[in-house]
Order: sequence, then structure tokens, then C-alpha cells
Amino acid sequence: MKRLFATLVALTALLFFGSLVTGPAGFTPIESIKALLSSDQSPITMVMQEIRLPRAILGLAIGAGLGIAGAAMQGYLRNPLADPGLIGVSASAALGAVLAIQTGFAAAWALGLPISALSGAAAGVLIVMLLSGPQGSTLTLILAGIAVSALAGALTTLVLNLSPNPFAANEIVFWTMGSLADRSMTHVWLAVPFIAVGALIIASTARGLDALTLGEDAAAAMGVRPARIRLALILGTAAIVGAGTAVAGSIGFIGLVVPHILRRFVQARPSALLWASGLGGAAMLLAADIAVRIILPSKDLKLGVLTALVGSPLFLHLIYRTKRQGL
Amino acid sequence: MLRLSNLTVLRGECPVVDSVSFDIDQGEVIGLIGPNGAGKTTLMRAALGLIKHSGTSSISSRPHKERGKLAAFMPQSREIAWPVPVETLVTLGRLPHLSLGAAPSETDRAAVSAALDALDLGGYRNRLSTELSGGEQARVLLARALAQDTPLVIADEPIAGLDPAHQIATMNAFENMAAEGRSVLVSIHDLGLAARHCTRLIVMDRGKLIADGAPLDVLTPDLLRDTFGITAFLTETADGLIFLPLQVTA
Repeated sequence: MKRLFATLVALTALLFFGSLVTGPAGFTPIESIKALLSSDQSPITMVMQEIRLPRAILGLAIGAGLGIAGAAMQGYLRNPLADPGLIGVSASAALGAVLAIQTGFAAAWALGLPISALSGAAAGVLIVMLLSGPQGSTLTLILAGIAVSALAGALTTLVLNLSPNPFAANEIVFWTMGSLADRSMTHVWLAVPFIAVGALIIASTARGLDALTLGEDAAAAMGVRPARIRLALILGTAAIVGAGTAVAGSIGFIGLVVPHILRRFVQARPSALLWASGLGGAAMLLAADIAVRIILPSKDLKLGVLTALVGSPLFLHLIYRTKRQGL
Repeated sequence: MLRLSNLTVLRGECPVVDSVSFDIDQGEVIGLIGPNGAGKTTLMRAALGLIKHSGTSSISSRPHKERGKLAAFMPQSREIAWPVPVETLVTLGRLPHLSLGAAPSETDRAAVSAALDALDLGGYRNRLSTELSGGEQARVLLARALAQDTPLVIADEPIAGLDPAHQIATMNAFENMAAEGRSVLVSIHDLGLAARHCTRLIVMDRGKLIADGAPLDVLTPDLLRDTFGITAFLTETADGLIFLPLQVTA
């Protein structure tokens, strides 16, 4: 377990560094790091401090958040196919963002889009909570999430459908593909607090998630309160996914695949999987964000496209292996 | 250990558990018996505070945090969600005793080892619990409840699906716990094992407690006919009580 922790920390640190030194400007790594730490006003310092650093921090934070939220969602639902997007937050955040782009709110104010996406996420989570109630089962949570996702998805398509402005429609389509390009420190300050609070809320459920391995009744008889875990999980996931979607668009597959890959390395313990998936998610998103810059530097390959492209075959492989093991 | 008074659980208008009262003292192995649908599981869940009920239970009236130190519960549905090693699974029973974020101490390890040994699981520590057979999983889950090291263990059909040797060994484990002053409330359909190994039987039928006492006093021909719809052979021998169901009554 300690070796896994050390490996993941080293990998994440390496990729964070890699993200800082990768870019079209073509500085050497040493130049880049010197500039990052200096306080002069040279262009290279500007690039490092205002373009690359926020990008790397957002990759780290959003990836970690998605990994933790995914691990917690799978642990609570006791289902390895659960995903943070399941409770409808990513779809409703996307709807908020799309409305901001369509109405011009996003163009009028730099923070218009992320704030609008966060509001969308909050509205989505509120509906899910009202629908699934404080005493509801895991099934009502899943169904409420599906309903909210479907509604938000339909409304997003409606906005696209009725969009009189092809440029806005174009922008919407590209935005939903997810990207960390050209984000500023303002985006970092907006998203990271939400992600950090969300992660802390989810971390508080670690013991309960372990106990839930034995089912709700056995866990409740040990003093765990499944209804509280559920509430913490919904709020924590909403904060993480809402903030992540608000600043980076929809990034799929990380919350689903990372816990799945790492589960066997932590002997399937849900609490250990939380931190492992946090580190793993950060590493995966940073790696993907480096890859989009290296593979097609001139084409602005979108992050969400890449995570899904790499994630799906990986997932198919995992399913194949699971099937072969008869699990 | 546990005091229930007028415990009632309603499903809609219909009482599933109807004003049940009894006390559990130290050192008892209590068999909770009754036909399917008599309300045994519901009674256990209500006593533990897992479902809404009226009347009082000395466990469900305590705050959530304390309940895990008063009674351990092995539910009827034998859930193991993840492929965790047996030892890790049994260690989950120590959760109520661990402060937040603390690693298991020597005491915790000792309790886990004792529970594994009590159920003949010493050689299974590193096996994946999801890869065991149904009967082995049942023993692992019961070991988890024993590791919780509570004064009272409540187990819902713990010996269903076990082989004869392990059925007897499990009942013996309960008797050993009773000898240490702990108590066990166990629902059970095998009246022969219940008669031999329980110090006391509580009979439920259609939500009501209809008999409570020593096996020989409870398992009367009248009760067996009216409640279970069977006739049976019951005799006391040098080897203990022998109970054998014979026929279904008309």
C-alpha cells in the first residue's frame, strides 16, 4: 500500500512537471521552471505563470476530484460501473454553461460561463435531492440522476437546435468536449476551493464506505448512517463535478476508469481507493492534457475527446479481463 | 443486554411485528423461531433501530455512534460488495471501536484472530472473500460480527446453507460466547439444532410473540401443530434434546 502511494505520488508529480514544461512556445524545461519562479515581466514568465501553471493546477485538481468522486460513487452504490456523472451534475452544469454561451452572458463577463455552469450544477443536485429524498434507496438516487441527466441533455440539445447563431452553436459543441487550454488563475481560484471542499466532504465518508461493503443493514448496525453518507456523497460530487465542468467542460471516463484500474492494488478497500483514485485521476488527466498538446499541437485536440478515446478501449479491456476471471 | 417493550412495526396498516416485549440477559443463546413471514427479521431490524418502530428497544434508543458497541448484526442477505481478503473483511467489524483514521491495534487484531478461529477460518485469512463458497462466506460474515466484540450478537439465519459440521461448530461458538457472559439472538429454521443448542427459544407467528422459554417447554405438540403445522418427535436423552419433525398436519 505504501509502495502504491509512493508510486502514484511520484507519477503525479512527474506529470505535473511535464504539464508545466509542455507547450507550443518551445522553452527548455530549465528555462520554464526558472521563469515560473522568477518575478520579472518577461514573456516567458507570463506564459509560465498565467497559462501553464493554471492549466497544470486545474489538471491536477479536476483529475483528483473526478477520481475521488468516482471511487466514492462506486463504493456507495457498490457497483464498479458507477460514475460521478451518474447523479446528473455534469449534464446540468453543461446546460448552465451552454445557456451562458447562447445568451452571450459568457462573452459579456469572463466568469459568466463558469458561474452559470455552477448554478446549473446546483440546480441539478437540488432536483436530484428532492426526487430521491433523505431516506431514499440507492435505486432512487440512480433513477433521479438519470432523469436529471436526460432532462438537462434534452434542454442542451434544444438550445443547440434553436440557436440562431451558428458561431454560438459551434462554440457550444467545442466547449462540451472539454479542455484546459487558455485557463487563467481566476479559473483556478473559482474551481479549486469547490473541488477541495468536495473532496473533504467525500473523505469524511471513508469509514462508512468500508462498512457498506457488508450492505446497508450491517453498516447501519455498526453505527454508520447510510443516509448521511448519501448526502455527503451527493454534495461532494456535485461540488467537484460542478466546478470541474464549469472551468473545463465535460471530461468523461476518468471517474469511471481510474477506480476500476486501481481497485485491485488496494485490495478493493473502498476507503483506500479514495486517495488512490484521487492521485490516479490527477495523473490520468495531467497525462491526457500533455497528450493533447503533443499529438496534434496545431489542431486543439479536446481533452474530453482524448479521455474517452483512450478510456473506452481501456475499459473494454478491463471488462474482458473481469469476464475471464469470472468475477 | 437488550430490552424490548411493546415493539411494533407497521407495514401500512398491518402490524408486521405486533407489540413484542422480552429481555435478553447475559449468557443466553436465544433461538428466534417461527414460520416464514412471522416477522423474525423485522423484529431484529427494529430492535437494532434499522427501521421505524413504535415501542422501545434499549439499543435503538441509544445514539447511532454507541449502537455499534452494544450489538453486532449479521443480516440474512449475505452481502460482500468487493473482493476484499477475508482478514480485511473481518476487521471491518472493528470499525465501531476505531477512532477516526486509526489503524487497527493489537486488541483489534486479537479480536479478529479470535473470531476467525471460533469459526474455523484460520486458514482463510488471505483468500478473497468473494471467491469463497456460500457457506464459507456465511462463516466469514459471522466472524465479522463476532469480531465486533459486542455483548450481544444478533444473527439472521447464520447457519442456513452450512454443512452439518459447521452448523454444529457455529452453534458451539455461540454457546462458548454465552459461557463468557455474552448473548446471542439467532433466527433459525432448524428446530433440531435450536432445541439442542439454544438456552431459550422465542416463537413468533404473524408478528406476535407466542411463546418464550426453555426449548422443552416451548416445543409442545400444540404449538408445533398450531404455529408450524407439523408433528414432531421430541425426547430428552443423555446426549441432549433430540427433535425430529415428522409430518405436516392437515
